[in-house]
Amino acid sequence: MKRILLTGNNAAAWGARLAGVEYVPAFPITPQTEIIETLAYWIDSGEIDCRMTTLESEHSMITAAGAAAATGVRVFTATSSQGLLYGMEMLYTVAGWRAPFVMVNVSRGLSSPITLEPDHNDILAARDSGFLQIHCATCQEVLDGILLAYRLAEHEKVRLPVLVNMDGFYLSFTREPVEIPDAAAVRRFLSGYDAENIRFRAGAPLSEAVAVLGGTLYSYFRYEMHLAALNGLKAFGEIAADFAAIFGREYRDVEGYRTDDAELVFVMIGSFATKAKEAVDRLRDAGIPAGLVRPILLRPFPRERIRNMLAGKKGVAVIDQNLSLGMGGILHAEISSALYGVAGSQPIVAGFIGGLGGRDISAEEFYQMANETLQAVEEGHAPPPRLLFAREELAEVRRMQQIAGVTRNAGESHE
Amino acid sequence: MRGKAMNEKNQNRLQNRHSEHLLGTGTPMCAGCGGLAAIKEIYDVIGEKSVFINAAGCMTLLANYPFTPFRGSWLYTAMACAPAGAQGVRDALDILLAKGRLAAAEDLETVVLTGDGSANGIGLSATSGAMDRCLDFLYICYDNEGYGNTGQQASAATPLGARTATSRGPLGYPGRKKDLFAIWAAHRPTYVATVSPSHPLDLVRKLETAKNLKGPRLVLAFAPCPTGWGFDPKEMIEVGKLAVQTGIWPLKEYREGKVTHTIVPRPRLPVDEYLRRQGRFAHLFQPQRNEDVLQKIHSSVDAYWDAIES
Ligand code: SF4
Repeated sequence: MKRILLTGNNAAAWGARLAGVEYVPAFPITPQTEIIETLAYWIDSGEIDCRMTTLESEHSMITAAGAAAATGVRVFTATSSQGLLYGMEMLYTVAGWRAPFVMVNVSRGLSSPITLEPDHNDILAARDSGFLQIHCATCQEVLDGILLAYRLAEHEKVRLPVLVNMDGFYLSFTREPVEIPDAAAVRRFLSGYDAENIRFRAGAPLSEAVAVLGGTLYSYFRYEMHLAALNGLKAFGEIAADFAAIFGREYRDVEGYRTDDAELVFVMIGSFATKAKEAVDRLRDAGIPAGLVRPILLRPFPRERIRNMLAGKKGVAVIDQNLSLGMGGILHAEISSALYGVAGSQPIVAGFIGGLGGRDISAEEFYQMANETLQAVEEGHAPPPRLLFAREELAEVRRMQQIAGVTRNAGESHE
Repeated sequence: MRGKAMNEKNQNRLQNRHSEHLLGTGTPMCAGCGGLAAIKEIYDVIGEKSVFINAAGCMTLLANYPFTPFRGSWLYTAMACAPAGAQGVRDALDILLAKGRLAAAEDLETVVLTGDGSANGIGLSATSGAMDRCLDFLYICYDNEGYGNTGQQASAATPLGARTATSRGPLGYPGRKKDLFAIWAAHRPTYVATVSPSHPLDLVRKLETAKNLKGPRLVLAFAPCPTGWGFDPKEMIEVGKLAVQTGIWPLKEYREGKVTHTIVPRPRLPVDEYLRRQGRFAHLFQPQRNEDVLQKIHSSVDAYWDAIES
């Protein structure tokens, strides 16, 4: 075991390396590219016994990943944002092949307008695909999350691909101290890939992914996948326990930070949750009993755990780094649904949209969200979702719009 | 997939019927399907040590749960990415062979099976990529010159003048059939060939050649489609023969930079004899001859063969 400074991308490459991946279908996209470059370097220098094939699109990349996993090798791949959406048809498709592999997504805001910095609309667009989802808040979690993800994906009661998500820039390009586990210890945690009965062999013909006609078969196979995904909740618990026993780091499907005696709880996923922790500490210094609930596993959805952690709280502030246009925050809807239909008084659930396209969320804004949520608790009803956006930002936008207008008009005058 | 509904009992009964071909009978394809006839002949040569990687098209319903006419393996992907599926399977097989986890006897030929819609359009980028990467695979395309599975809308492989579900006007389809053979050959792959189910000896010889080579290989099969083209199913072989004899469908192969015509029709029959057999070209003859369109079709066939024979 050694502890060094690694970017999230390097940590992802290390996770794949330690998992003993045999095949990496690849396609470059910012801010993910460093992952496949790192793996390519290790392959070229003979440090790992692995094959990489660069496909001509993410659609093909995900197809090749699923096909190779279905043929019996351990597969890793990575993408981001537009790439994830370009491959969306195949996310749903390969999940149905029940061929487990792990894909890292480095979150980045979606076009239009095109941008580079992160939010979670990309990964949440894959929410219903059949891929399970692990959301990381630190570079260490990225490495560990990949090891956990292989165990989860290949678990005999699950057999579904897993997406491991990290935020672009905030994790992908940020160096943090990371413990790199010993390869021997990793082998105790994660043995070689067993393709079970899904593999192509001349001596054992197999038809995969054949058409079904009529809703009966379709319903059966789709619901079977849903039940397999739900099996992931129990499986994750067992796997995390094994992980803790070997590596000493504990993971739960939902992390709670100072939640036990909290009255006000933030809920969020990803790296910005580390900012929320800091805010929780400062709020407690100021006498406000705050806490944080951070789902690490988002699919399967740890409904019971979230319910239990939020039961009896006064106010919940869900911070969504995504926007379901015409609706609001996606997590807000999921958390609200988890709390609905439970006997007893439920917390007021306020929704905030923040951090779109990499916009920072300041400490000040966390305090404000706490205040607004507590005020809503007083008033007894949840406010409509709000965008975190400062007056100065609006002024800046207006200034830019003016410049854009001038530029456009200048262009017109030449015609 | 019009007229393909079939109950399980019927399918089961047909499936158990004796077949002279390796590919099982009782598939839900239309009667007289030229694509299926070609695939039957092709599968006899390729054999069961194969995995057919399929893209959306008529032949997708060959494997219709819980039945399959294939004795070997099958993987359905999606419409755009069958060659990428072949890449993943081939790479994984190679990894397993190299690591000694797969005996050589257990290895499979990776075969892509798509229609012309996928091959010429939505899947062309994936195909081109597989060729850049020198993927060892065999691509079988059955060319019924339209999106047959959805009711014969015009595809990039539809010929000039043909009536399709999306070109019903008096001029028929206004575009030009894409030259998939030339597109493949421009990538300098190992092998490219055209075949027709009406010329089984030529087909079998080309398949034998393709089977014994490595690298990217295309066999582009003419697929007379009674349903989409409007002719009596029993005339399927005849339509195939006429396509070859009139020079509409040249039988040729590409190897090591050279294109060879394996059957040169001499004398070439008049193109109209081929066109007149099919409902999709009827509007070019009735109520009166559309000389303009017919002239364009004739001259493009003449120009093709003039260049070959000069
Ligand atoms: S539509 Fe044409 S190609 Fe498709 S199954 Fe029917 S005859 Fe064959």
